[in-house]
Amino acid sequence: MTDPIITARGVDIFYDTKQAIHNIDLDILPNKVTAFIGPSGCGKSTFLRAINRMNDLIPSCRISGDMKIAGQDIYAPAVDVVALRAQVGMVFQKPNPFPKSIFENVAYGLKIHKITTSKTEMQDRVEWSLRSAGLWDEVADRLDDPGNSLSGGQQQRLCIARAIAIKPKVILMDEPCSALDPIATAVVEELIDNLRKDYTIVIVTHSMQQAARVSQRTAFFHLGSLVEYGETKSIFTNPTDERTQNYITGRIG
Amino acid sequence: MWFDRIVIVLLAAAAGMAILVTVGIVLSLIFETIQFFGKVPLSNFLFGLEWSPQTAIRADQVGSGGSFGILPLINGTLLISAIAMIVATPLGLTSAVYLSEYSSKSARAWIKPGLEILAGIPTVVYGFFAALTLAPFIRMTGNQMGLEVASESALAAGIVMGIMIVPLISSLSDDVINSVPQSLRDASLGMGATQSETIRRVVLPAALPGISGSLLLAASRAIGETMIVLMAAGMAAKLTLNPLDAVTTITVQIVALLTGDQEFDSAKTLSAFALGLFLFGITLCINVVALHIVRKYQEQYD
Repeated sequence: MTDPIITARGVDIFYDTKQAIHNIDLDILPNKVTAFIGPSGCGKSTFLRAINRMNDLIPSCRISGDMKIAGQDIYAPAVDVVALRAQVGMVFQKPNPFPKSIFENVAYGLKIHKITTSKTEMQDRVEWSLRSAGLWDEVADRLDDPGNSLSGGQQQRLCIARAIAIKPKVILMDEPCSALDPIATAVVEELIDNLRKDYTIVIVTHSMQQAARVSQRTAFFHLGSLVEYGETKSIFTNPTDERTQNYITGRIG
Repeated sequence: MWFDRIVIVLLAAAAGMAILVTVGIVLSLIFETIQFFGKVPLSNFLFGLEWSPQTAIRADQVGSGGSFGILPLINGTLLISAIAMIVATPLGLTSAVYLSEYSSKSARAWIKPGLEILAGIPTVVYGFFAALTLAPFIRMTGNQMGLEVASESALAAGIVMGIMIVPLISSLSDDVINSVPQSLRDASLGMGATQSETIRRVVLPAALPGISGSLLLAASRAIGETMIVLMAAGMAAKLTLNPLDAVTTITVQIVALLTGDQEFDSAKTLSAFALGLFLFGITLCINVVALHIVRKYQEQYD
């Protein structure tokens, strides 16, 4: 068995005094797609956002416990959030391209992290990112068009291209298909499957079918606790906890 | 049913009234202006380099034919407005960025009303601050440095006017920056950009159209402002770019032309209407453009 890339031990998360996450232990394996499922308000997004410290932006949010990525405690005082987020990219619910050109959207991370200043290297990396996101053929002749001139599905793939341009180790996806139509969803799901070779992907989804289709491992959250975690196949065919079974069969949530 | 109808008619009449009055004002401006151009050629008005509206009262008076060149007035108006914008733009924008991106809730609760109080000060108060405090100070400082400073200067009026429009810029820009979707900030921060990179590279460019709209509205306010310049900028119609000189503006001249006893068919009095129409035209254009920009921008993110 491979070593986990992300390990959480005893993680509690609070908003003010309200506890959103209760004592979660979780290991996420590299180069797999891990799906977080559960009813609304179960804390799956909160936990996801703790992995690249996006919760830091919410003043009332407090976290305790241990969260390590590749052995390093990401909440240690010396940790540089900028460097962490360069390693752990994020794709959001609604496609959110910057109001810039397609090229500039993908080049954004390269510029802020000063990965390259050479123009040709920049172009190469943008092309590579767009190809990895399966978008190159659709936009190659209009890289200067604004990012939000694309369709919703293309915009989401642009956001994925933007995230992988800086070659993170982990990509977090917070319901990446919730604003997309079924066809665009299928394209993005196929992309997620392809990206697994090079990245570790954690995806929050409301759709159990989606979790079943794209993930190898599934974690079921309920009321801020991790109820069950394991191979996607066994979670869906043979859940051990009653709550998981109820959720999967549609009785709760 | 009949009651509803009456109410609707009353409401429509009230709305129509405001429009009618505006139309009436514009029409009266236009008619008087046409009369004025019957006495003074349009080209003299638009391209004349000299403004001295004294006309002869008796035929035997000499040296007072009157010249109605608007250029010195435009010069003074733009010089003061430019000084005001140079003062107000950095102050207004930085306070907008601070308020919308950095300030804590409690700081915002103090600063925003503070700026709004600034907006509520009557312009005449700004005016005597400019005339009695700032202008003498500028003159004294300038003299110590060996500079020739008029006792009423474009600089004093411009600086105070700038302070007056800071709240306008900061509150409009604050709204615009706030309407940039949080998702864009999240996307940038989520890629490891710092907060200042996010503001510089994502938030401000996204807000730029709206910000320029707010700057235009502020500029139009500055161009139409009367009281501060009347009290602090002097009366001399000069073609100059020296901020230490006394200058005069379109608004000040309108006031000067129409105060005191006047003959209502003299070129001197009528020129005030031409100036008024000109000013109205400029500020109307700027406002239309600015509102168009701001609205278009807001639609983009709705």
